[in-house]
Amino acid sequence: MASRNPLIEARAAGVRRGGRWILHDVDIEVAAEEVVTLIGPNGAGKTTLVRVLLGLLKPDAGSVRRDEAASIGYVPQRVHFDPTLPLTVERLMSLTDRRPVEAIAEALEETAVGHLITARVSDLSGGEFQRVLLARALMRLPNLLILDEPVQGVDYTGETELYELIGGIVERRGCGVLMVSHDLHIVMASTDRVVCLNRHVCCTGAPEEVVAHDEFRRLFGPNAAAAAVYQHTHDHVHDLAGEVARAGERGADGAG
Amino acid sequence: MVLDDFFVRALLAAAGVACIAAPVGCVLLWRRMAYFGDTMAHSALLGVALGAVLGLGLGVGVFGVAIAVALLLIVLERTAHLATDSLLGVLSHTTLALGLVVLALSASGFRHDLIGFLFGDVLAVTAWDLAVIWGGGAVGLVVLATIWRGLVAATLHADLAQAEGIPVLRLQMLYVVLMAAIVAVGMKVVGVLLIVALAIIPAAAARALSRTPEQMAIVASMIGIACGVLGLFGSLWLDTPSGPSIVVAAMVIFFASLVVRPLARAFG
Repeated sequence: MASRNPLIEARAAGVRRGGRWILHDVDIEVAAEEVVTLIGPNGAGKTTLVRVLLGLLKPDAGSVRRDEAASIGYVPQRVHFDPTLPLTVERLMSLTDRRPVEAIAEALEETAVGHLITARVSDLSGGEFQRVLLARALMRLPNLLILDEPVQGVDYTGETELYELIGGIVERRGCGVLMVSHDLHIVMASTDRVVCLNRHVCCTGAPEEVVAHDEFRRLFGPNAAAAAVYQHTHDHVHDLAGEVARAGERGADGAG
Repeated sequence: MVLDDFFVRALLAAAGVACIAAPVGCVLLWRRMAYFGDTMAHSALLGVALGAVLGLGLGVGVFGVAIAVALLLIVLERTAHLATDSLLGVLSHTTLALGLVVLALSASGFRHDLIGFLFGDVLAVTAWDLAVIWGGGAVGLVVLATIWRGLVAATLHADLAQAEGIPVLRLQMLYVVLMAAIVAVGMKVVGVLLIVALAIIPAAAARALSRTPEQMAIVASMIGIACGVLGLFGSLWLDTPSGPSIVVAAMVIFFASLVVRPLARAFG
């Protein structure tokens, strides 16, 4: 995998705001068909890094390179918009370019929300809305999905389902993924590589390497590591929920 | 009833301005920029004054100052540590006051037309004005239709739009230019104090009746035209000033739109 050109990469990237580096010396890359999870506490600069990688923000230091073959499907953090903007799901799917209704219906089917095509966006639940956004991204036939906290605003059972759905799509389509997530416990199982960010890359590697790392334990607390590993080897949702709640008490971003 | 020429011209002028102002007003609403529109309109008086003093013509003066104010706002947003609504408050009132001061200093014959600039004089619209309104309106509608999808996308989520190839900044700048043009052209119809009403109120009334942004824009245009017609006939009937009467008609339609949906639910 290392020999292949990454679809997207940042080298020594830094972003400065108000005289302070909110990101510095960040190296990250995602290769074709690779699933990379970006974790980190609130304010660690995860979304800033995503914006840099997408080319929405010019880094103040370092460089970003996107492969010519990279076609990106982007799901931003939960979208808040003014309710005075009337919008149906079908219209949201054609937000930036017109799409035939059959293609829209097909994409919505893939994320199991085909029945919502005529619904008002303001009537959707958090989970339904995220699935529609995911369907939008998939309609662009990406070979790289960039998902910024794709389960935000989704309830706990919905979260697991949504992660399973994403896992299935990635496997079927064979696209690379960069996913920002708080939910160490669920995402780690299906991740090739974890990048732990706190303004710089604290540690990176396979999930089991990262959870053993001192920096990781310092950021998320020793129990988070236990939860992540535990999750990694078992998949009983109810047991997991208990573990996460305990990790959350110690300052990690649990799902509770 | 036989309509006088000047009244027909007034109807056509009001309809023309409403037709383009309403869809632009929809975007103002979605972006929560209603007060930005007001600020641009209030700066128009300064535009009138400068246009007269520099001999550029009033329309050019108003258009230029409106765009300058929009640019100044963007600069101030990045440098002054104040919330946007505070900056708009500063710009809105200072440009209005500056306009009055420059008018007084210039000692030109425009001073007595002040009420006309503030509240419009649609009954004095000339054939040339009509040509400007309809010609400019047609160009404006074509521009708006061209940037519409991108503008809606950028309104919903600027990052998502840009990531999918929409030139967000360029569209927003074009949109500001359109807004300035509407202020410059619409000034004659309802005046600088009320032009934004013609953009915002029909759009607000259209919200309850629409499921998509495009529907809302078209419905808002039709409501805007209805406001112009109702307001002008009302002003003829009650012998009230025409510009304010158009805005009062818009208000009536807006409140009516609020009860449409509950009524439809109760009886439908």
